[in-house]
Amino acid sequence: MTGRRTVIPFGPQHPVLPEPIHLDLVVEDEFVVEAIPSIGYVHRGLESLVDRREYADFVYLAERICGICSFTHSSTFCQGVEGLMDIEIPARANYLRTMWGEYSRLHSHLLWLGLFADSLGFESLFYNAWKIRESILNEFEATTGGRVIQGACKVGGVCRDVSNEFLSGMDKRLDDIETEMQEMTKVFLSDYTLKKRLVGKGILKPDDAYNLGAVGPVARGSGLAMDVRTSGYLAYGDIGVKPVTTSGCDGYARCEVRCKELFQSADLIHKIIVAMPDGDIATTVKGNPDGEYFSRSEQPRGEVVHYLRGNGTKYLAQLRVRTPTLTNLPSLVVMLAGAELADVPQLVLTIDPCIGCMER
Amino acid sequence: MYRLYGEMRAMKMLKTILKQLSNKPVTTTFPAEPARYFDATRGHIVFDPSKCTSCTICVKRCPSQAITVDRVAKLWTIDRFRCVICNQCVELCSFDAVSLGTAYSASVTADERGTETFEITYVRPKKPKKEHGNEE
Ligand code: SF4
Ligand code: SF4
Repeated sequence: MTGRRTVIPFGPQHPVLPEPIHLDLVVEDEFVVEAIPSIGYVHRGLESLVDRREYADFVYLAERICGICSFTHSSTFCQGVEGLMDIEIPARANYLRTMWGEYSRLHSHLLWLGLFADSLGFESLFYNAWKIRESILNEFEATTGGRVIQGACKVGGVCRDVSNEFLSGMDKRLDDIETEMQEMTKVFLSDYTLKKRLVGKGILKPDDAYNLGAVGPVARGSGLAMDVRTSGYLAYGDIGVKPVTTSGCDGYARCEVRCKELFQSADLIHKIIVAMPDGDIATTVKGNPDGEYFSRSEQPRGEVVHYLRGNGTKYLAQLRVRTPTLTNLPSLVVMLAGAELADVPQLVLTIDPCIGCMER
Repeated sequence: MYRLYGEMRAMKMLKTILKQLSNKPVTTTFPAEPARYFDATRGHIVFDPSKCTSCTICVKRCPSQAITVDRVAKLWTIDRFRCVICNQCVELCSFDAVSLGTAYSASVTADERGTETFEITYVRPKKPKKEHGNEE
């Protein structure tokens, strides 16, 4: 039986959306036939500032593209400038960047898991996830000075060193964090209500994921082993990363990928701390960037690309950022088609949308 | 069977509740309790007027344009609302006139705009041994 089609606006303000995105949901009965996204509510024009701030100062602005993957943005930008200028950063700086990048992933995934639980009305699980996240933020604050915006990266290396004693302390504290995460993820992966709302919902077939350019946990939840870390940038080449994939292709699979990645990140951090080389944390940088460079990194949400073009002055000629949320948006449209209206909020969340980052 | 399952769940819940009751809260009741800071915390910018040579490097390189220097009136002003505590000025000042404090700056009203002005008291040494900070 088919009913009349109605268009229901979803967002830009909605209880489950921490950031504004608008979807026009074409609904027939209780089912979504089509979702038409529109974006552009929080565009700040950050990229255009690149010709008014020196490349060394822009690191702090690049970091503010996103409030969650802030560290990855600054390290990707620095990596780009270093690529343009043929700078090799000291090994210790490389490892520290990798370590902070993985802590970022932990903090981002915990934040997402918390928000996700909250969107389903599971308040205590939300508190629990954010409580664990607090310990990660404390590690950030103790090592870089910032909780969410770390400001620890600079062109040529990192700004702050972490003493080896402190690193071994972090290693131990991470074990406790892992135990807590173990308990928490058990709920996420086996709770009856959560499963009921996720299993078989928001299907994204592997072919669709590939063709629509899905990245990060969205692609990996559809069984595609896509992870930029396998390209071996920073210290990932030495440490070795195997992408976490699941083949469920549904909301549950994407949640599972993120839960498992928590432990993968913790493992990586343990390895990084053990293998942390001694030495300098930064090299001196001389000259100005010239030429073009594509700098890629794996953010908690997927692949981010910073395209940089230098013109031999201390101001870059162009910066263009492609963030994972933008590439995951077409997949979201596919996931929503055929979904029940009541499932739309949490399906939107399963791609872990970061709108501030997408629109910059 | 269902009863057993229910009891098991209740026990588990009780364990969690007791654990939460005995644990210390993760948050602090600031300002009743002092906030926790780490040695590395970037709280606010501390300015030492006796060391600033008004070289204006910090003005030019501050990513959020939070600092202004009036060389004639000898004033150094920071807008704490604009400052993002990125540490750039601390790294670049060759005279150690700016440093980081761990405590967050106190909140202010909108009228005050959070600007703080310091009178620069630096006096150039009488017979300088050609010790100009080569800041260019
Ligand atoms: S960089 Fe240092 S010395 Fe120069 S104006 Fe700023 S605070 Fe003063
Ligand atoms: S800390 Fe950063 S934002 Fe604040 S005044 Fe210094 S350079 Fe400007």
